[in-house]
Amino acid sequence: MLLGAEILITREVIKNINPEFCDEFIEKAALIFGEEEAVKIRACIQCGTCVGGCPSARRTAYRTKKLFRLIQLGLKDDAITSEDLWLCTTCYTCQERCIRAISTTDFVRILRNIAFENNHATKPHLYVSNLLFKFGHAVPINDDIKKVRKKLGLLEIPPTTHTYPEALEEVNKMCEATGFKAKVRANEKAIEERSKGA
Amino acid sequence: MSDTKEEKVYSYFLGCLTPNRYPGIEAATKKILKKFGIKVIEMEGASCCPAPGVFGSFDLVNWATLAARNISIAEKTGTNITMTCNGCYATLQEANHLLSHNKELRDIVNDNLKKINREWKGNIDVNHVIEILINDIGVERIRNSVIYPLTGIKVGVHYGCHFLKPSKVRGHGKAERPTILEEIVEALGAESVDYKDKPMCCGAGGGVRAFQKEVALDFTRDKILNMKEVECDCVMTPCAFCHFQFDAGQKELNAMYNTDEFNLPVIFLTQLIGFAVGLSPEEMGLDVQLTSVSPLLEKIAKIQSK
Repeated sequence: MLLGAEILITREVIKNINPEFCDEFIEKAALIFGEEEAVKIRACIQCGTCVGGCPSARRTAYRTKKLFRLIQLGLKDDAITSEDLWLCTTCYTCQERCIRAISTTDFVRILRNIAFENNHATKPHLYVSNLLFKFGHAVPINDDIKKVRKKLGLLEIPPTTHTYPEALEEVNKMCEATGFKAKVRANEKAIEERSKGA
Repeated sequence: MSDTKEEKVYSYFLGCLTPNRYPGIEAATKKILKKFGIKVIEMEGASCCPAPGVFGSFDLVNWATLAARNISIAEKTGTNITMTCNGCYATLQEANHLLSHNKELRDIVNDNLKKINREWKGNIDVNHVIEILINDIGVERIRNSVIYPLTGIKVGVHYGCHFLKPSKVRGHGKAERPTILEEIVEALGAESVDYKDKPMCCGAGGGVRAFQKEVALDFTRDKILNMKEVECDCVMTPCAFCHFQFDAGQKELNAMYNTDEFNLPVIFLTQLIGFAVGLSPEEMGLDVQLTSVSPLLEKIAKIQSK
């Protein structure tokens, strides 16, 4: 009985395996953090030091080492569709303590990049992205703060993209050149389609 | 006004939360730096840094490109960049580091920047305002400038995550038991009080505040209760984002738990120095914070009237 259940679980897992995923991950990580850092994803031995110090793991189901095991095993879908992936505050406690000197927090960011590229961002993520396109700021100014700024003797509107429309245009041009804006639009479409399906 | 020999100049990278939510941090920082003979110039047309845990989590090439664009603004004036937010520091310092070590990434970023007639050259440094206070001004000069010692004020120091970590990239030594901010607090005559889980994150980073606010607030709740347990009079941060999370977060926690126990005043590093050198709460924008700073002001007034 029990043996049968185990075989069922194994088959289920094997069905979703993507043997190239670990290499894909290393390639993505190498572009940003260099090959020497990137290959260390293979060095994780599941010791759990990352989870032990993780303030997010204390209160949520987020488990850093689990994500790394999923990458090593090539379980791409499980790794990038899990909402837990977005519960890391990037505090770097795990990265400071990793006994294999793996850039753990940086790897979480790489995995999130892959999730984003595969249209698994959530609505709040797209909301802040659109603020960046519209204002050049993730947190734009408001009328109350303008008054406070004036009272403090500061420029009422800060000399940022808020003051210079040509600067905001530059920001948007860059977001288009990198393909980031297209990714945001693709994520928006995916969310809409998923909500129709549900 | 100035009491220094040589004038140092920095480009002040404002970011988002400092100018658009806590201009009091901007005002206090400009006043304190001016007092110590540090000149700051504005970075015209700068954008969001962009946020390391948010935009860095979405697309690191785009993140590095926008960071490099911001850095290029200061490169044109040949001045190092400073800021009052650990998030901005994380992005600009890390991007500067990665671009100088990784040619492949640098080429991609500069190809993008060429389209707006910009280039990342890599000829300036990125320094958190803490570094100016410690290295350019020095704790001794801060101590000697104190007019109103903050004797009896118990301060819960919160470093935030990204000033010290990742330590390999930041280069400020080990991150486990730092003492830099405590030294500044004690130089002002105040007492830095240790509390449970002191190095822990405020909860806001990595997009967690945007994605799941309740989780972010649960971090904040622990931090505030741990500081209150040892009778801190305020929490002091060097980060506008942590400042926001503690200030706005306590208001949100009170609503969430139907209580008023989350009432710990939130003070920025340069604002605490401001008190000791005689700046008023109004000129540091402290009268408009969401969590009242009155309990701290009353205690400071009592001390200073003695």
